[in-house]
Amino acid sequence: MNYFPDEVLEHVFDFLTSHRDRNAVSLVCSLWYRVERFSRQRVFIGNCYAISPEKLIKRFPGLKSLTLKGKHHFADFNLVPYDWGGYVQPWIEALAKSRIGLEELRLKRMVVSDESLELLSRSFANFKALVLVSCEGFTTDGLAAIAANCRFLRELDLQENEIDDHSGHWLSCFPDSCTSLTSLNFACLKGEINSASLERLVARSPNLRSLRLNRSVPLETLQKILVQAPLLVDLGTGSYVHDPDSETYNKLKTTILTCKSIRNLSGFLEVDPRCLPAIFPICLNLTYLNLSYAAGIHGSELIKLIRRCAKLQRLWILDCIGDKGLEVVASTCNELQELRVFPSDPLGIGHDAVTEYGLVAISIGCPKLHSLLYFCQQMTNAALITVARNCPNFIRFRLCILDPTKPDAVTMQPLDDGFGAIVQSCKFLRRLSLTGLLTDQVFRYIGMYAEQLEMLSVAFAGNSDKGMLYVLNGCKKLRKLEIMDCPFGNGALLSDAGKYETMRSLWMSSCEITLSGCKTLAKMMPRLNVEIINEHDQMEICPEDDGQRVGKLYLYRTLVGPRKDAPEFVWNL
Amino acid sequence: MEGCMAFDKELNLEATELRLGLPGIKESEKQPSSTIKSNKRAFPNMDEKSCGSKDSSKASHAQKCNQEIASPSKAQVVGWPPVRSYRKNCFQAKTMEAEAAGVYLKVSMDGAPYLRKIDLKIYKGYPELLKALEDMFKFSMGEYSESEGYNNGSEFVPTYEDKDGDWMLVGDVPWDMFISSCKRLRIMKGSEARGLGCAV
Repeated sequence: MNYFPDEVLEHVFDFLTSHRDRNAVSLVCSLWYRVERFSRQRVFIGNCYAISPEKLIKRFPGLKSLTLKGKHHFADFNLVPYDWGGYVQPWIEALAKSRIGLEELRLKRMVVSDESLELLSRSFANFKALVLVSCEGFTTDGLAAIAANCRFLRELDLQENEIDDHSGHWLSCFPDSCTSLTSLNFACLKGEINSASLERLVARSPNLRSLRLNRSVPLETLQKILVQAPLLVDLGTGSYVHDPDSETYNKLKTTILTCKSIRNLSGFLEVDPRCLPAIFPICLNLTYLNLSYAAGIHGSELIKLIRRCAKLQRLWILDCIGDKGLEVVASTCNELQELRVFPSDPLGIGHDAVTEYGLVAISIGCPKLHSLLYFCQQMTNAALITVARNCPNFIRFRLCILDPTKPDAVTMQPLDDGFGAIVQSCKFLRRLSLTGLLTDQVFRYIGMYAEQLEMLSVAFAGNSDKGMLYVLNGCKKLRKLEIMDCPFGNGALLSDAGKYETMRSLWMSSCEITLSGCKTLAKMMPRLNVEIINEHDQMEICPEDDGQRVGKLYLYRTLVGPRKDAPEFVWNL
Repeated sequence: MEGCMAFDKELNLEATELRLGLPGIKESEKQPSSTIKSNKRAFPNMDEKSCGSKDSSKASHAQKCNQEIASPSKAQVVGWPPVRSYRKNCFQAKTMEAEAAGVYLKVSMDGAPYLRKIDLKIYKGYPELLKALEDMFKFSMGEYSESEGYNNGSEFVPTYEDKDGDWMLVGDVPWDMFISSCKRLRIMKGSEARGLGCAV
């Protein structure tokens, strides 16, 4: 290969789209490393504290697209304190100072300030795409800066962020000359927006293919927008409420008939089910349907809608669909690949929830299913064994029984065998979340069979250190392990310290590990950041008392040592 | 934390604590909340960490004490169920809205041959509601004052039946509390309204 000019190597590498492939290629020899790094345009950083912006810039001067993840997954569930970290500001500052021509920035669980957004909008002339998922710290003023300054903006995608909504004028900050938008998603904004501005923006965006509105956008505006954007592929409705006898609604019905390209449908944050018939004509084209925020659509209307969606590949729904509704999904949606069933009453145990019956029905009717997130009232080993047999292709299997230590609903036994069947049957399983009454045995199964497992989430499970040890020893491809409320202690934590350098991170909260165990680990492994999140009043926890249990441990491999922006309550050992 | 523990003992909170335990969990598994150093959380115990992530880094003694005293409406453990807080917040808002949604109530007036119905939700406050009632039934009720109810020599007084079945004077409680507790309205004749705050 030494006789090929670099350009040829580069051309070959162009065909490698996955980060893993490109990472692997860069390790072959120094020549390949060099060619790869200069030609790399897209970089994915799963933990923003694993590397520094300066090192990133140095290695990949041709960087155009950057993906960064900040806080740990459990931040989604309020387990990570508000000011723990994950700030994007230093990254944007460093990139702005450099000669990097950043075009795309994707952030997940990071703290983004208006200042950051403003700096971003002014620093990169060719900036095209901003995707923010579960971020916080900014307001609509920051969005206004992006709208006003990014002349070639194509994509502004805001998913489930906590945004301080100051006013709707940010939308008007898109200059008249901005005609490049292909994707606009502001569904998570809570405030009003100017309908006229929105209509004008859509009218001058001929390439718009994805549009997700927020609650404040009324049905009249939706209708007017759809007239301007008949080529839309992805639509998220705003408020879907109107008098079904009105002229506006009738106009909408007619307009929707022209929207033959819509494949993804979401929204319905506010919905009058009597208006649903307007979307019936496009149901057969849908491949992705997200009704998980449509609390206003119940049982029978939901079922009427889903009966028409025979081509669905991805369905996100609330558990008010019930087992009966899932049977309808099973008989209608035979192409289904991904199913997510969310609890409609996350704060309590609702009577509407689904059970093992629904899941078994799905497994029979949807053999192509490979990704599952299922919040349910109860489960049985028999059901899981049946599901494992019917659907051996699971890549992601996340089961959440709302009462997390509930045993098999029929036999009252632990659910070890059920999950055991899943890992044994699904040879490509990469992600697994467990709940229910579970002993060390389930971990033994996981260690034995889950050879491709990369991410494991566990809560209220196991009896002893052996549980965690089975997983650490058995799952060779494990990258992320997150554990809450399990009786795993120092013995398990310290058994194979080197393992953690092969993983992105380990999270353990409310387990049996102590400060002494964590200190020992930190000493042994200088290339790990071992962070203790200590939320108690500073005076109560004595740093010298090594015997005390650790509330929250978050450790991760890093090339840049302890971070300098850690708040007072985070101890880096 | 000592202050909090002493406080607990005085009030004997544990004995009087209302707790919704989830099925299958024995009471004996409960960890005494005064154990600082233990992090074991017996589900569904509400422990000192359930203050919410925003406050927890600044958790003060007072806040923890408040947490013990406040009776949990549903037993919750921080981090459970694993639903994104964004989603939880959306649904909380929706439940609150649903509870206050379109409230059609019967309104009767003493002496009137038939009742009327109004949607409380369309009024933003008492002045609008009272004006609407006055227009609907063609009467006037005078100004409201906390000490004297409706005076100004009015013949009629607006009253309502609340969730507990008691007849109350309209105007005493904050508007939001009123719309969530009001079951029906009755425009009562002044003579019957003695004791409901009418100046005689």
